Amino acid sequence: MHGSGIPIWFFIGVLLLVYGVLILGYGVFEAVVGPLAPVELNYLHTPIWWGGTLAAIGVLYVVKFRPGRASK
Amino acid sequence: MFELVPASIAAGSLAPIPALLAFSAAPLAHLRLLDIAVIAIYFGMVVWIGFYLKGKTNTSEEFFMAGREMTAWIAGLSFVSANMGSLELMGWAGSAYQYGILATHWYWVGAIPAMLFLGLVMMPFYYVCKTHSVPGYLDLRYGGQARSVAAFSFAIEMILMSGVNMFAMAVVMKVVLGWDISFSIFVSSIAVALYVGLGGLRSAIFNEVLQFILIWGGALLVPILGLVQAGGVAGLKRQIMTNMQSVTGVSSDSYFHLWRDTSHFAANPMGVHWTGIVFGLGFVISFGYWTTDFLVVQRVLAAHNLRAARMAPIIGSFFKMAVPFIVILPGLLGLVLLQNGDGSRRQLVGEDVVAACSLNSSSQVSDQAGCTAAMAKTNLSTASQQKVMAGGDDAELHSYNQALPLMMVRYLGPGLLGLGITALIAGFMSGMAGNVSAFSTVWTYDIYKPLINKKGSDSHYVMVGRMAIVVGVAVSIGAAYLVMHAHGIMDYVQALFSIFIAPLLAVILFGMFWKRATRLAGFLGLLLGIVFSAGLFMWVKLTPSALAAVALSPDAKPMAENVFRALWAFLFASILVVVISLLTKPRPVAELEGLVYGATKLPKEEPVPFYKNEYIWAVLVVIIFAALNILFW
Repeated sequence: MHGSGIPIWFFIGVLLLVYGVLILGYGVFEAVVGPLAPVELNYLHTPIWWGGTLAAIGVLYVVKFRPGRASK
Repeated sequence: MFELVPASIAAGSLAPIPALLAFSAAPLAHLRLLDIAVIAIYFGMVVWIGFYLKGKTNTSEEFFMAGREMTAWIAGLSFVSANMGSLELMGWAGSAYQYGILATHWYWVGAIPAMLFLGLVMMPFYYVCKTHSVPGYLDLRYGGQARSVAAFSFAIEMILMSGVNMFAMAVVMKVVLGWDISFSIFVSSIAVALYVGLGGLRSAIFNEVLQFILIWGGALLVPILGLVQAGGVAGLKRQIMTNMQSVTGVSSDSYFHLWRDTSHFAANPMGVHWTGIVFGLGFVISFGYWTTDFLVVQRVLAAHNLRAARMAPIIGSFFKMAVPFIVILPGLLGLVLLQNGDGSRRQLVGEDVVAACSLNSSSQVSDQAGCTAAMAKTNLSTASQQKVMAGGDDAELHSYNQALPLMMVRYLGPGLLGLGITALIAGFMSGMAGNVSAFSTVWTYDIYKPLINKKGSDSHYVMVGRMAIVVGVAVSIGAAYLVMHAHGIMDYVQALFSIFIAPLLAVILFGMFWKRATRLAGFLGLLLGIVFSAGLFMWVKLTPSALAAVALSPDAKPMAENVFRALWAFLFASILVVVISLLTKPRPVAELEGLVYGATKLPKEEPVPFYKNEYIWAVLVVIIFAALNILFW
């Protein structure tokens, strides 16, 4: 969106980054202490790679669409 | 089966949606602190956006039309998101469990052609005439009477539908999480009222884009992990083919075909015929929803130029085609992967069976005779039936509509489950925000301004719009509680959309593409078309055997009724518009500039590189759409 200050993509980046860090953090914790919840496919360590993906996308959006950065 | 027909379902809402009335004794999922934090952060974010945008929403153009400055991407994602409510996600996942990939028709043929038609053909007229709303277009084309019929119909439908969806979502939260119904209703309503009331359409659109991303982020894991466990698509198909005849009661092979078994009503599990799918769903209902329902059209009208307005539905169509991956696939996966506590396959059943077999506080079936009779009509194995009757912790039945949350609980641990639940809440809130923002615009521009106060200042109308949002949310809450205490009302409220949309489509199409269509024809075509459509609905409601006449086959199932009713209502309204137009005096062509094809000089668009050209992308959509239909023929 143009001309309205902070772009929506920045908000999305912040949210994904926060979620990514929380979920990744839990995933690492779970990998160390063992599964805390009886879900299927625990061995895939889904919180680690999914949380990491969310965090990476979040960082990308936060940097690219940060307020004050001229963008088209 | 209890069926909800929400306005926001593309294409007429034939899905059996969560239901809402069959309460579980125990919630499906238990949230942990991390899940609660994920949900709380989401609520904090949407309210923050509302407050942030308040300072940027001062004029009526900014409040009601988001300043008409949305890019094609934002308008396109918002366009799809406003339609993608959580009830639809859960309802269609349940439909896929029950009917196989036939449910995908509501995402492909029931949406894609209409979205392309809106972008390439109709958008220029909506955009060039600078209308604020769909009733506003009717006003310009046919006059105030047609506008008033449409405005009142839209306003009533949106606000009641918002209430029904609110109640439905609250019950889903009750079933899935054990949350108190009033808590869910008030928390979600206050959040929506805050962010839409503060930031208007701009805030609604911002949040819809956010919610769209969250829905994918929260729901995408389920089909990915499900496919891993099922052994990929080939494994899923093999398991359904070999195991499911006893569960579904139909030829398993039908679960993987979109068109092959639709030459006769009895040949497919959904009980529909290809003519109904193509003409009723693919044309009347789909075009009616995607091209005339103001809830979605308003998002595109907010685009910053005509090219963006044309591109928005095309961008949206790519994502719409992909939605079955997070909705239909989990339903199919649930069919082979869901298990009871003892490792046996969990069979889901209709809402009526769940309700008949609800457990009391001692985990025993309350109505033994009713439950036995209800289960006898299902494909539940004898062992499963005995297990239910014996009661206990793992004895409870679950409905088709719980397929998606059950799959979430199966794969998503702390944090991820919170994200999945947030996706469901976000879906609900985007639908509700869409309804109340559209209601506010229609109320202010098409009812208050022309009929109550024509001379208000710009700031006065912004204030009226804000008040309309608060009142709209309050009425929605009232409607939610009304439905809670009088369930029979729900069927009628749900039918409002499908009754209204078919005649509206006829009137708008003739208005946009036939210079001869007259004011009186538009007004009477719309009014009498609605009466005709409502008459058909009541006929089937009061005389269920009339379904065979409406759907043209004794084998037709309720799914076919909406499709064929819409088709007849469209034809009836079309005939009325043509006949009355030929008997009355047309408007001079000069008055139709900007409103009708052939009388409008469209603005010349600047040349752009091929990758920004809407026709190129539309061709790509058509190719993918055709390929998918052939692949799953």
